[in-house]
Amino acid sequence: MATTVDTAPAPTDPLPEPETRGGSLFHQLFGDNVRQFGMLGALVVIVLFFQWWTGGTMLTSDNMMNLLNGNSYILVLAIGMVMVIIAGHIDLSVGSVAAFVGIVVAKSITNGGIPWWAGILLGLAVGLLVGMWQGFWVAYVGIPAFIVTLAGMLIFRGANQFVGNSNSIPVPEELQTIGGGYLPEVGPDTGYNNLTVLLGLLACAAVVLGLWRSRRTAVRMESEVDPLWVTVVKMVALCAVILYITYMFATGREGTSFPIPGLILVVLVLVYGFITSRTVLGRHVYAVGGNRQAAELSGVKSRKINFLVIMNMSLLAAVAAIMFIGRSTASGPFDGTNWELDAIAAVFIGGAAVSGGVGTVAGSMVGGLVMAVLNSGLQLKGIGADATYMTKGLVLLAAVALDVWNKKQGRFSIIGALINRGSSREPSTATSNG
Amino acid sequence: MQQPGATSKDDAAYLLRMHAITKRFPGVRALDNVNLDVREGEIHAICGENGAGKSTLMKVLSGVYPHGTYDGDIVYRGQPAAFKNIRESEAEGIVIIHQELALIPELSITENIFLGNEPTRRGAIDWRRAKAQAKELLLRVGLREDPDTAIKNIGVGKQQLVEIAKALSKDVQLLILDEPTAALNESDSEHLLGLIADLRAKGITSILISHKLNEIESIADSITILRDGHTIETLDVGAGGVDEDRIIKGMVGRTLESRFPDHTPNIGEVFFEVQDWTVRHPQIAERLVCKSESFSVRRGEIVGFAGLMGAGRTELARSVFGRSYGTYVSGRIIKDGKEIRLHNVSQAIDAGLGYLTEDRKSLGLNLLDDIKATTVAAGLKKIANRTVVDRREEHSVAERYRRLLRTKAPSVDEGVAKLSGGNQQKVVLSKWMFTDPDLLILDEPTRGIDVGAKYEIYGIIQALADQGKGVIVISSELPELLGLSDRIYTIFEGRVTGELTREEADQERLIRLMTTAPATQRAGSTPA
Repeated sequence: MATTVDTAPAPTDPLPEPETRGGSLFHQLFGDNVRQFGMLGALVVIVLFFQWWTGGTMLTSDNMMNLLNGNSYILVLAIGMVMVIIAGHIDLSVGSVAAFVGIVVAKSITNGGIPWWAGILLGLAVGLLVGMWQGFWVAYVGIPAFIVTLAGMLIFRGANQFVGNSNSIPVPEELQTIGGGYLPEVGPDTGYNNLTVLLGLLACAAVVLGLWRSRRTAVRMESEVDPLWVTVVKMVALCAVILYITYMFATGREGTSFPIPGLILVVLVLVYGFITSRTVLGRHVYAVGGNRQAAELSGVKSRKINFLVIMNMSLLAAVAAIMFIGRSTASGPFDGTNWELDAIAAVFIGGAAVSGGVGTVAGSMVGGLVMAVLNSGLQLKGIGADATYMTKGLVLLAAVALDVWNKKQGRFSIIGALINRGSSREPSTATSNG
Repeated sequence: MQQPGATSKDDAAYLLRMHAITKRFPGVRALDNVNLDVREGEIHAICGENGAGKSTLMKVLSGVYPHGTYDGDIVYRGQPAAFKNIRESEAEGIVIIHQELALIPELSITENIFLGNEPTRRGAIDWRRAKAQAKELLLRVGLREDPDTAIKNIGVGKQQLVEIAKALSKDVQLLILDEPTAALNESDSEHLLGLIADLRAKGITSILISHKLNEIESIADSITILRDGHTIETLDVGAGGVDEDRIIKGMVGRTLESRFPDHTPNIGEVFFEVQDWTVRHPQIAERLVCKSESFSVRRGEIVGFAGLMGAGRTELARSVFGRSYGTYVSGRIIKDGKEIRLHNVSQAIDAGLGYLTEDRKSLGLNLLDDIKATTVAAGLKKIANRTVVDRREEHSVAERYRRLLRTKAPSVDEGVAKLSGGNQQKVVLSKWMFTDPDLLILDEPTRGIDVGAKYEIYGIIQALADQGKGVIVISSELPELLGLSDRIYTIFEGRVTGELTREEADQERLIRLMTTAPATQRAGSTPA
């Protein structure tokens, strides 16, 4: 009888009781998983480094707006991509799908004469259909997503050039506002952009409320509870960061404020962060990616999940496409080139696992911002595209290598735990429900 | 009768002597002072229940467990042997053919025979010579197939012959066959056993591990019986007096310790019935894994499913559980007097079924999850307000089950990957208890779990039955089934071969029913 003896307690062992956290100041502030904040810390360090290196041009209103405007469509893609990767797939077609949707929207409005909002709806519908097409092959026929989306990459690039005759088509003003506009001035003249200030204050309130609620929940569930002062310090620190960012966006050049694409991004992050971390659907996505067979034997309909995840990716590619053509004021035959690579890099830097089951929306946003800040900082210093590509490649490799190395050490993955899903310490999930 | 460890002076008569082999795994002795003496040119069978130590012993012999990781001596062809890996034992002519065939389906017979051992000429593979040799080898094993045929295009029986041809190509002296006929039909089995007897005539010694006692009785010259990591005895078939009964007696001689909590069953009406259940293998369309099986479960009853590994117990359970295995052919499920049709797992869960898998790590758990997420994984609907998971509820549910089952973990936020086997099993049990099923199927619920945790899990199973649920326990450990079950079905090659009440059941009867085709047996089937 080959029984393995494990360390299970004798039936009479006392049940372990929940512990209260103590220890050093640092430990109390950051908790047991100091590494959790690894990539977020790295982002802060990179920002500060460029702030110093560029002599203060990194954190100016102008540059921050550029950063957000110029990267929000990639970050939107990363939201969809992280779900695809959590479920254990990959999507190589997002750039081409976005290009196809973009040209359809531009042509239908500019040449077809339909109203701009109808063009947007048409674009989203096309994205949805493309997603259903690809989801069908992946989920119900069982072709690996790598192959299906590689095919999609070719098909929809060709479709873009077919629809647009390989030409660029301009888009109307309304779309340009969505892709590159700012929150309007309303209310009394305070010297700040009122809507931006309002957003910042709302975010602060959400953070405070969220942290407080999760603390109360923790107390009620008798799980680990931070000392009160730790919670307060966290609230103050987070609010300070938010207010600083708000100040920068509210005091930019005349006519600028918080960018509309940024607003779209924030809404999508909140919605999808909530879906992935708090809903049954989200649980099922993680379950399918973590162990498909175990998920199926627990009643998860894995084919449905795979279909939805792949379909959703193309829908978000359509959103990204509309934001992008608005910003660049036209849709062209080479839009979306290499977008899939940027999105995938953001997701992996953000702590997702190639084997699936691991990853968060918030982590992917951090990963995307690391890449964006690098890009922007190197540009500000006038570094050429050659060195920028090499730097970004090395950063991607280093981030994932560090993660792999940490796993091999038998410790919990740095980045995997970065923003542990379901963790009560994570501000963005707290606000999403606040 | 050859006494184990008897100091015979003429080592020359023995091809292999393994003496006082002890192999420890953390916390357990898989082999304890085991002796095995194999004479030159004989067929030596090794018998024992699952987990008796047969495979471990063969792994020691072949160097899978290298010399130095076990105690005891191996003398092979009169020389002390200290194999560090399989290559070294193969170089000495010891070849194992595993139950799971190690052939590559897409490659041809020739390529498989010479895989890793390709005849070369000036650095390039000499395919002409390889093919010629392959033809010759196929002739020796009596397989009339073109050596260019891909493995996937020949049946399992022929694949076994290719494995033997491969062994012959390595100049095999001692051929070890692990359950060679488990997957074969009668005529293929007969051919294979005939071939092994042929090889014996040509001086090749074989060690045969098999659960099919009639085969062993008919072909083996000696039989060594293992039980719980000990050598029980070695029987000399030539001396006479050895039959199936004699072998079974040696295999089961264990005394039942008091390893089960006291329990007075409170059994009600039949509420769950499966009738004429027939299921096809998921890949091999012509193979039926369940052949018109029927069984029933009463409220408050613990029903055991006894059978050897591969007999179709798991396949039966999983196909009933929302068709999660194989292709449904025919059969009916009746619950509470009404026929129900379960097309997928979530329907099965909704209908009040639960199935705890035998393979905890690869089928039962998402090792990336924590305790609380695992506990609610099959019952998310119960804690979700439409679509949103109530995390407070999740936490309190998980905490409740942690306390109820005494799962040892610092908190329910702990990752399941960090738990011991027994505690992982408790978490999986809580997952199914939380769905509150009427019928819970437990597939090898105590596999890989230490004795203390087993006792606790038995107690949980009995408590579930006392709540009026039906529980099916599938187990390869007969003492466990005998200690736990109110009624036991035996399964052999996809058929229910018997049904024994607690009073009727004993190990000998079970083993007989588990190893015999239904046509030739009728003892003990007394449906109550």
